[in-house]
Amino acid sequence: MNRSDGIGGSPNRSGGRDRVTGAQDYVADLHVPDLLHASLVTIDCARARIRSIDTTEAARQPGVHVILTATDLPVPMPRFGPQFQDRPVIAVGEVKYHGEPVAIVAAETRDRAEAAARMVRVEYEELPAIHTLAGALDRAAPLVQDPELRPGDPLAGTNVLREHRIGWGDVDASSADLVVEHTYDFPMVTQFAIEPHAFMAAPDGDGIAIWSAIQHPYWLQRVVANVLGLPLAKVRVYAPDPGGAFGGKQHAKYEPLVAFLALATGRPVRLVLSLEETFQAVRRASSSIRVRTGFRHDGTIAFQDIAADYLIGAYADIADRVVGKGTYPGCGPYRVPAARIIARSVLSHTTPSTAFRGFGAPQINWAVESNLDEGALQLGIDRLDLRLRNLARRGEAFIPFDTPADGEWEQAVRRAAEMIGWGTPLPEGRGRGIAVGIKSGPTTGLSHATVRLLADGSAVVSAGTSDMGQGARTIFAQIVTEELGVPMDWVSVHMGDTATVPYDQQTSASRSTVLMGNAILGACRDIASKLAGMAARLHAVDEAGIEVGRGSICLPDGRELPMFEVLRAGLGPLGGEVIGLGEARKEADPAHPLGGSAAFFEFNCTAIEAEVDRETGDVTVVKHVTVSDVGKALNPLQVRMQDEGAAIMGLGHTFMEHLIHDETGRIRNLGAIDYRIPTSMDMPLSLESDVIENADGPGPYGAKGMSEGALLCVAAAVAGAVREATGAVIRDLPLSPERVWRALQEIDATAPATGGAGP
Amino acid sequence: MSGGASRTNASTSRLSISLTVNGRARSLEVAAHHTLLEVVRDDLDLTGAKECCLVGECGACTLIVDGRIVDSCLVLAVEADGAEVTTIEGLATDGRLTPLQAAFLDHGGVQCGYCIPGQVLSAHVLLEGNPHPSIVEIEEGIAGNLCRCGCYRQIVEAIAATAEAGER
Repeated sequence: MNRSDGIGGSPNRSGGRDRVTGAQDYVADLHVPDLLHASLVTIDCARARIRSIDTTEAARQPGVHVILTATDLPVPMPRFGPQFQDRPVIAVGEVKYHGEPVAIVAAETRDRAEAAARMVRVEYEELPAIHTLAGALDRAAPLVQDPELRPGDPLAGTNVLREHRIGWGDVDASSADLVVEHTYDFPMVTQFAIEPHAFMAAPDGDGIAIWSAIQHPYWLQRVVANVLGLPLAKVRVYAPDPGGAFGGKQHAKYEPLVAFLALATGRPVRLVLSLEETFQAVRRASSSIRVRTGFRHDGTIAFQDIAADYLIGAYADIADRVVGKGTYPGCGPYRVPAARIIARSVLSHTTPSTAFRGFGAPQINWAVESNLDEGALQLGIDRLDLRLRNLARRGEAFIPFDTPADGEWEQAVRRAAEMIGWGTPLPEGRGRGIAVGIKSGPTTGLSHATVRLLADGSAVVSAGTSDMGQGARTIFAQIVTEELGVPMDWVSVHMGDTATVPYDQQTSASRSTVLMGNAILGACRDIASKLAGMAARLHAVDEAGIEVGRGSICLPDGRELPMFEVLRAGLGPLGGEVIGLGEARKEADPAHPLGGSAAFFEFNCTAIEAEVDRETGDVTVVKHVTVSDVGKALNPLQVRMQDEGAAIMGLGHTFMEHLIHDETGRIRNLGAIDYRIPTSMDMPLSLESDVIENADGPGPYGAKGMSEGALLCVAAAVAGAVREATGAVIRDLPLSPERVWRALQEIDATAPATGGAGP
Repeated sequence: MSGGASRTNASTSRLSISLTVNGRARSLEVAAHHTLLEVVRDDLDLTGAKECCLVGECGACTLIVDGRIVDSCLVLAVEADGAEVTTIEGLATDGRLTPLQAAFLDHGGVQCGYCIPGQVLSAHVLLEGNPHPSIVEIEEGIAGNLCRCGCYRQIVEAIAATAEAGER
């Protein structure tokens, strides 16, 4: 492995040492003097009218400082949300999902806060709750959201928050030799970051300080400023590195509530959610997606007609954006002459769904890729050939009016096929599947960065990205090493403090290497140009002829000077530093349905070989191959970690993960015992990842974003392998042993003589 | 407002225990209902052990107690009276990483890091009892430590490489 510090090397992770010694402080670990502890008061039902809340007895308990309910907050209740200002700081009048807090207690210790929270008496009347798509779309269904929150919206009288319609060509006028139509379901799953969400707030002079394991600290700053009526400059957000986020930590949840509590007590207050409360706070939208694909005899796609319903929660959070953006490239990376995608975000009395790795794409990918497999089988065409036949070539506007295909995607598909041994004979009971996934990168973006070259030649980077495990800090240091020759262990990367680190729009959509990376590259080049100016002045030469390389400066006459010497002489006796500024923008396009075109596409091909135990329905992944088009792997080890980690996360929703509700809408499998995620024992027998590098991305050195791609199409590839192994067609996830077993029973019942491999 | 007048709550009942933590003898007054995890984090300020599921499934709170790995969220502190406890803070000495800790970094076993103290301690005990484990034995050895970043392959490689080098 290349251990060098620069680009293309895999040096040890910046911040890694603290992570293996226990020194890394997450929000729950921070030391704050005079800290109070908070506990939420919730009721055990999905929807209820709150009649009264009696805090008298609880407030009398020793060590209890303040208990806040809706009546203690401003009227009207402040609301917030990244898309719609619909989420109240605390439940007001009605609880709309299982676990929505109705009160919060601040006390001297966690024990006392929890004990007092149990003593708060809530009188309520349980109301019928909606927790399924069918229930929400029933004309007689109660409205989840107060229509007055959506004035002038024709859909305000329904539970459909929004309907997104995109398309091109004329689907209805298109003819096809074969039309395959089915509906595919994707379960509700939860992010399950190993660090449960934690929030802290403290009065800070005439403003407030907030600590949150948040992906978008600057967005949170805006939310808190709006809710409290403070200027941005008086809200300081500290964002310690999250212990995993996966989208679940993008947007504000209980930070505004904890801020009010800190102001009410005049002291720092921390709320650490239990894992169960975290499950109730964030999830991925479930979906039911009908796909109707028209094929020609040769396997080319004639049209795609998709109706996608996503069940979102009681408040919009970013869920509707997930639906709109996730389904936008829903037809996949294919040449589709006519397309119609109608996607709806449907409200329900459930946990507000939010961003989760893949951002709406895994759901529609499961549906469309499964549908293509079914088409291939009916046409008698190899599933790999069908995909290659339709795959968009570089430069093709496969989604009209968006960024054209920006990679040699066929290379990734062929590589994955080669690695899985596509077309070679298989043992009895085994099958293979292959699928491709695509996801739009960021559609807008703004990242600022500063790089300060200090007098001794070390460097300080300030970048507002959140390093939640993806390794952004390492990549940023590598860029400085590559550009300025500063050794990596002489580079400090500062993040997570809105008062000292310049603005970054957000850490999402696999953007940070591209956008913040470009900003840092720009800051390094700003420093290089200032060093060139110094050298010109010191040596009385023309600045235009000076070249600044990695750690050295080359004068027009060919003389090469160590950069450090130029720096020291240029700074002079006062010392100081050279400050570089960088900025990267992805401009919005108001005419675009998503508000902007994709900065890049994440493209992945996943191929699976699986063995199915016909007695139990248990599926063993014998081999899992994942190949991503990453443009350029700036740190190959970190790329592998992201790809393989995403692949394993994909195996979670494919095989075992789903949140289960009872008939009243309460979650029945809260917590780690009843909600399983992959362990080391659930790994494929073999997991291999590879990358396609053509240096054709918009990021530094040709990089593209890449942290989500390997999750997108896992389910469809696995289901394809199960189908080939057994003939069982399953259109509902997860592929639990029970579900697979039942599908096998059905096959045996209808055709007892067969039961071997499918076509 | 605050005050300590009432002593009726069970949470105020405290007991004396002795622990040896990372080689150092400690005498503590602990709440009877507090877990070893709470005592290590809140009373001893050793926050490397993490809170996550609190039902013994995730392994984020893993500690070494009398040479065995335990989910410290499931052990009352008073049950550990007299025990020898090693936390992640007790592994690296004089600022030097153990070969196992270094291998986690070299092999890319660390992403967000939240599960890592538990992973490292589980691996440490595994290698003490079985210096040359097979890959399957390594996977079994860390089966109680969830990593949502999905870094299992790199973690297994790190442990295998440490075993191969023969030094923990």
